[in-house]
Amino acid sequence: MATTSIAVVDDRLFAAVLARADDALILGHRLSEWCGHAPMLEEDLALANIALDLIGQARLLYEYAATIENAGHTEDDYAYRRDPHQFRNILLVEQPNGDFAHTIIRQYLYSAFAHAFWQAMTSSADAALAAIAAKSVPESAYHLRHAAEWTIRLGDGTEESHRRAQDALDALFPYTGEMFAIPETETDLIVGGILADPATIRPAWTASLDRILAEAGLAKPQSTWMQSGGRRGRHSEHLGHLLAEMQILPRSYPGAIW
Amino acid sequence: MYTQGLNAADKAPPAIEDAGRLGAFQARIDAEQKIEPNDWMPEAYRRTLIRQIAQHAHSEIVGMLPEGNWITRAPSLRRKAALLAKVQDEGGHGLYLYAAAETLGVARETLVEQLLSGGAKYSSIFNYPTLTWADIGAIGWLVDGAAIMNQIPLCRCSYGPYARAMIRVCKEESFHQRQGYEIMTVLARGTTAQRAMAQDALDRWWWPCLMMFGPPDGESQHSDASTRWKIKRFSNDELRQKFVDATVPQGHYLGLSFPDPALRFDEATSHWHYGAIDWDEFRAVLRGDGPCNRDRLAARNRAHENGAWVREAALAFAEKRRRKAAA
Ligand SMILES: [Fe+2]
Ligand SMILES: [Fe+2]
Repeated sequence: MATTSIAVVDDRLFAAVLARADDALILGHRLSEWCGHAPMLEEDLALANIALDLIGQARLLYEYAATIENAGHTEDDYAYRRDPHQFRNILLVEQPNGDFAHTIIRQYLYSAFAHAFWQAMTSSADAALAAIAAKSVPESAYHLRHAAEWTIRLGDGTEESHRRAQDALDALFPYTGEMFAIPETETDLIVGGILADPATIRPAWTASLDRILAEAGLAKPQSTWMQSGGRRGRHSEHLGHLLAEMQILPRSYPGAIW
Repeated sequence: MYTQGLNAADKAPPAIEDAGRLGAFQARIDAEQKIEPNDWMPEAYRRTLIRQIAQHAHSEIVGMLPEGNWITRAPSLRRKAALLAKVQDEGGHGLYLYAAAETLGVARETLVEQLLSGGAKYSSIFNYPTLTWADIGAIGWLVDGAAIMNQIPLCRCSYGPYARAMIRVCKEESFHQRQGYEIMTVLARGTTAQRAMAQDALDRWWWPCLMMFGPPDGESQHSDASTRWKIKRFSNDELRQKFVDATVPQGHYLGLSFPDPALRFDEATSHWHYGAIDWDEFRAVLRGDGPCNRDRLAARNRAHENGAWVREAALAFAEKRRRKAAA
């Protein structure tokens, strides 16, 4: 039955690529939920743009994952025919949109990392990943600029926007640790120059954060407690609902092509 | 069409205008010259255009909702990206159109308030629900297809900013229409369930699409002036017939049938003859009593209210920066 879930191979490069594809897809999906409901028409367009870039990145990464896996799977098999525990995205990107402040802060925390990550990945020893990175750098630069500008505007806007932005930052900050954690399966890839070392990305991320939060008048959360599990397939409750909605058609109509 | 509400009479008292200026204005129109924002124009021309462009803009914005309903459930990544891009295009059309209306001296905020309060009209078509994925195909094929029929002549509309906005919009609408027809093609050639889904979507969208062109020519109260001013170049019935003639063979090619037992090709006129349209349904939907009118307006109002603090923050921030720069 075509509606059942697929099994994927246990390969380190494949798993690493799939994890980044999942990050991009899940965040792109979340942003697409705003379409038609944003605080202003300009933001309907901007959030859709960012979502489209991320879905585009996910598709390139899934396509590359498929060639590595070489099991005849397609991008849609990965997106629509895996169960929640098979997804490897970080928890941050699956968090619900919440209010506009949550969406912006989530985007800022992710994009500040992703932009530095893709910059570093342009010199990956893996030519396919380096090519995807080269395409992703200008996109993530725009995502970062958009989210950083809004973070400042909300932080230094009204009392209400400041409170909402600070609440969002406090709520989402514990999900940032996972961006810098190195799963044991990725150490060889880092040593081999295929994956960027998150330790080398942290300074750029921290510098961006310090500068933007200072300009926004927002306080960096002091808690060092970090939530993780996404890279191991241990997700928050939110992912199951997201996938149930996203996967409904391919799961409901066996063998159908759309 | 997207501006069916124009078929209601203009209630404002006629302005007293200089006959010489009116004559010169009409002469420019007759000579196919474009009227630009700073040119003199009769008050009724300005009012008609504001209403038409605003209704068109509102239709683009409200139109994001029925299709947006399927973005998170699009059945493949390719379809998801294409649908998101399409809905984004519609939002972009709304933006250019509000900008075109602003050249006539009305603020976008004022127009948006009119939409949110239920005082402004938008196309009746967006008050129907999108129940299955096939509705996304049907909307692209039929709704964008009907929109194109109306908007291609608007590219030659006498008011320059509106005509130029339409040229840009039409290019995207024809892309949307091809994309919608392609979705329908895949469904019509797919599994039994998919074929049934495609047929059901056509059954539900066909008549509402014919209503998009507005009431029959005899009942339209605005056409005379609009025709004289070259805002409108074809009558409602002419455009509707053009649409039927273009669309029926496309449906038959897919092996789909139309929910109209009276539909037949008339050899004498070379047109597809169609049955009677249920104008009571049309009037009910325009009045606010369609299947989704309340949901659509509620969704727009909710987005506006939930976004109020964001817009206030953006204004407050801009003001702070302005003061800082001035200090
Ligand atoms: Fe449009
Ligand atoms: Fe369109």
